[in-house]
Amino acid sequence: MENRYFNPKVELLNKEELKDLQLKRLKAVLNKVYRRVPHYRKKFEEAGVKPRNLKTLEDIKAFPFTTKEDLFVDYPFGLLAEPLEKIVRLHTSSGTTGKPKALFFSKRDIWAQAELIARALVMTGASSRDILQNSMTYGLFTGALVMHYGAELLGMLVIPAGPGNTERQIELMQTFGTTCLHMTPSYALYVASVIQSKGLSPKRDLQLKRVYLGAEPYSEETRQKIEEMLGVDVFNCYGLSEMGGPGVGFECPAKNGLHIWEDAFLVEIVNPETGEWVKEGEVGELVLTSLNRTAMPLIRYRTRDLTRFITEPCPCGRTHVKIARILGRTDDMFIIKGVNIFPQQIEAVLMSIKGVAQNYQIILEGYDEMTVRVEIDREFFDGRLERLLALKNEITEKLRQAIMVRPKVELVEPGTLPVSEGKAKRVIDKRTL
Amino acid sequence: MKCVEIISIFAENKPGKLEKITEVLAKEGINILGFSIASMGDFGVIKFLVDDPERAYQSFRERGFTVAKLPALGVELEDRPGGLHERVKLISNKGINIESALVYVAETRKKAYFVFEVEDIQKAWTLLKDENLNFLDTSDLKRA
Repeated sequence: MENRYFNPKVELLNKEELKDLQLKRLKAVLNKVYRRVPHYRKKFEEAGVKPRNLKTLEDIKAFPFTTKEDLFVDYPFGLLAEPLEKIVRLHTSSGTTGKPKALFFSKRDIWAQAELIARALVMTGASSRDILQNSMTYGLFTGALVMHYGAELLGMLVIPAGPGNTERQIELMQTFGTTCLHMTPSYALYVASVIQSKGLSPKRDLQLKRVYLGAEPYSEETRQKIEEMLGVDVFNCYGLSEMGGPGVGFECPAKNGLHIWEDAFLVEIVNPETGEWVKEGEVGELVLTSLNRTAMPLIRYRTRDLTRFITEPCPCGRTHVKIARILGRTDDMFIIKGVNIFPQQIEAVLMSIKGVAQNYQIILEGYDEMTVRVEIDREFFDGRLERLLALKNEITEKLRQAIMVRPKVELVEPGTLPVSEGKAKRVIDKRTL
Repeated sequence: MKCVEIISIFAENKPGKLEKITEVLAKEGINILGFSIASMGDFGVIKFLVDDPERAYQSFRERGFTVAKLPALGVELEDRPGGLHERVKLISNKGINIESALVYVAETRKKAYFVFEVEDIQKAWTLLKDENLNFLDTSDLKRA
């Protein structure tokens, strides 16, 4: 493994130095929000804590969480820790209902986040010689623009393609020799299948080396499928607008967990019910504190994303903490017959079965009935009904083993289930309880 | 080996599906000589014997259908009571398992064929070819 670093001084800090830096920054950010953001002052006072109570990183446990709901108090500017004249950009993140979350960046925040991206891109082996086709949505969503700035900071040639228009995406790749792609996993599967159906050979006709996939959770099997279909390395990329967008967590070539830059974030994993720290290695909700944002720092922000710490030292040499790929959203989880299930568990099973194509849908209806609709692989079909039946039984049985509930499985024709070019809608809950 | 090719299409069980499938053949001017539908609840397989299997296969494929082409044996039936029974008895006596079948009526009340798919067509052919049967061949399906 070749190790290059964008900012080796920070990326290779030893654990002690990193903790010292975090503590210094955490104290500063707590002070700042306490002095400048009335809502934080009020929350701290209600919890009976003052910034000066914090002596060690562990003392953060006494401070209150920030939730999505807090972002709508004194909306839209209420959580700003800098005057409006220092703010240069707005991004929003769609809420499930009503108003979008409004997130603000100062000039410094823009470039600080860009540096996190640049570090991550170098970590994956990219350099200024690479050409990045950025196929995330440009606009209010952080996904595309924040990556764009990071890639430019590194000096890559950026093609701001945006999502959709798959024919044009492929033309761009062919014409300009795109080496890196940034898109959602569901769209990457779709693009890969279109490339295949056009009879193009990625190795022969395209220059792709790396694909950065983020904005929705996906399984290891999906990663492998995309790697095989496109002949590339796929790197998992995690972010959320509240923490500045993409680049919060990023995989290194070890492809075993995502590094979170600890000079920029304080990372906790808590039990979603109790808010207590989980035991090291246990799954819980990721909680992040922005240590290096000026415009709108958030303290102990509940991401609703489920993950766990990976504690083994990383062969890439970076000391920054690693988390497992996002295992689900605390609110994606659904309960069938009393069992907690994440769509990613189902995806992992489906992607491991030969004969299954890329798309699936989970439908919950009636009295706790779960139907999994699965597209079959066109090449798998040989005209024999028996083989389809065997496939259906295999899917049913493997799902039952994985999730402890026996679903109804329906095989459908390839290309009939919706492919979302943004966040995939995999679960349709029609239950009326 | 004398054999024919069966076009199989994977279809979800929903209204209008058969209509869409037969429309393809109608538009391409391909004649259906025999067909069968096997349904398994939410999905099924529709099989056709047509006069131009290669073109039928390509047409379905181009239109995005999930389609396969499998060889099958066709043996002539006698148009009298027990005609089918005799043929099926012979086939089963040879230990050949019929996986799916359809009937092609070549001339009404005169000439019909029992067309069936088996696991191993080469083996089935070897077992049946000397049995004084009239086998159907792809060349017999072309329009006169």
